[in-house]
Amino acid sequence: MSTRLARWTINGLLLAGSAVALFPLAWMLSVSFMHPGDSGTLPPPLLPTDATLGNYRTLFLRVGIGGYLANSLAVSTAITVLSLAFNLMAGYAFAKLRFRGRTAVFRALIGGLVIPAQVAMLPLFLLLKYLGLVNSYAGVVLPALASVFGIFLVRQYARGIPRELLEAARMDGAGEVWIFVRIVLPLLRPIVVTLAIITFLTAWNDFMWPLIVLTGQDHYTLPIGLASLAREHARDTELMMAGAVITVLPVLALFLALQRYYLQGLLLGSMKR
Amino acid sequence: MNRQRVAWLFLTPALIVLGVFFLLPVLGALALSFTDYDLYALADPHNVRFVGLHNYWALLHRPVFWAALGHTAYFVAVGVPLSMVVSLGAALLLNSPLAKARAFFRTALFAPVVTTVVAVAIVWRYLFNTKYGLVNALLEWLGLHPVDWLGDPHWAMPTIILFAVWKNFGYNMIIFMAGLQAIPAELYEAARMDGATPWRQLRHITLPLLQPTLLMVAILTVSGYFQLFAEPYVITEGGPLQSTVSVLYLMYDEGFTWWNLGSASAVAFVLFIVMFAVTALMLRLSRRSLREAELA
Repeated sequence: MSTRLARWTINGLLLAGSAVALFPLAWMLSVSFMHPGDSGTLPPPLLPTDATLGNYRTLFLRVGIGGYLANSLAVSTAITVLSLAFNLMAGYAFAKLRFRGRTAVFRALIGGLVIPAQVAMLPLFLLLKYLGLVNSYAGVVLPALASVFGIFLVRQYARGIPRELLEAARMDGAGEVWIFVRIVLPLLRPIVVTLAIITFLTAWNDFMWPLIVLTGQDHYTLPIGLASLAREHARDTELMMAGAVITVLPVLALFLALQRYYLQGLLLGSMKR
Repeated sequence: MNRQRVAWLFLTPALIVLGVFFLLPVLGALALSFTDYDLYALADPHNVRFVGLHNYWALLHRPVFWAALGHTAYFVAVGVPLSMVVSLGAALLLNSPLAKARAFFRTALFAPVVTTVVAVAIVWRYLFNTKYGLVNALLEWLGLHPVDWLGDPHWAMPTIILFAVWKNFGYNMIIFMAGLQAIPAELYEAARMDGATPWRQLRHITLPLLQPTLLMVAILTVSGYFQLFAEPYVITEGGPLQSTVSVLYLMYDEGFTWWNLGSASAVAFVLFIVMFAVTALMLRLSRRSLREAELA
């Protein structure tokens, strides 16, 4: 095969693959601007003949999707900020502090990775029910406040901090908390950004647990709100596409802006060491 | 302050969260699976009775459980290889020195991964609509018969598999790309000088050297695909004729529609055992094949 032909084949396949990957998203955006019923004609139209923001207006003014959006933002932000703090402290301790049982505790955590999260969901629901936390924001946030993946990621990265740096600060009489906040955290900044994006995206996209723990509409996050809308408004294609756009756009934008950090985190997380 | 105490101070918040909201519930699930915890127990915990292995025993006699296990196995057995072939293919294309605009193509191919599964599942449901869907319009344009994608029990699971592959292949693609970049370029140069075709290079250099990555990706994908839930929940609601009820769908239905939390916990544990066994088997087979490769 000549190089020219190979170049055409490779780039042609990449172009076709990208088209398949992006088409559903482009179509979702396009249909979201169509008038109700316009997408259900034959042959199916690709672009709106007369673009409108009417579906978005309906979603925010009549269906109340703004509330779901606010809930998703609040819940995902809370999970990101708090779990970041918890995972950073724990990951740093595993990497740099000496204590009895360190290896054993860490091994136990890693071992826990083989258990799928869904196994815990039924008793977790009961636990939160007895705590009075079913159908509350706390019910969604609390179980997500620490993750083995996050701790592992921080530990891998924090191992690169020179021991001498910490020892020198200790010699100067610095306290451990001061060292963590003033020396360690600034050095960990790249992994903080990476973990923050991954955590936020995961929290935003989470479906099964919020579906279980949120029993009333007031606390619905976007995915749950959208799923329940889809059951009520199964025939309003245009409205549903606008809802899908609102759900997907924030995370897609976040990814596009910060993809370097996000992809880096995936690779760090997938390396078993 | 004592060093030990400081370390535990740093660890405690995370360990409490993991202990209370993960470890404890997992142990609870095991205990729960030996009880008849149901709606009556939910109202008054005094109604709970220990039933031993009865939930597991009953499960083995329910056709719907075997059907769910079968659907999940189908999804894993077809979806995982397909997803891996597509991911590897995309990674090989992106990694080729002849590829242009790599950053753009990488972003485009990865984009579905970050989307919210529920939102894009709804999009998918309309694309594969029998009457107004674009996929059938395309088939018709090509002169093929339209397919009742989501209404025919034989086609519903393949449609969900296509969706899952579209949604997820970018993730493994990124991991494969990193693996490919770790293979020394000199190996390919030497092979080219010996006149090896691209196909032979793939077979004798790329695939053998990529084997650890392939194994890791296979294990991660298998355990991810066993956890099928949101896709059938949104796209087909388990139908048509329950053809897309997965094990987790059954667990959710049993637990949170019928409030049979004891029997639902047994479903969760059986899924765990199956996943564990399959992963262990994969590790074992791969180790043996590695050893045989070394001996050969």
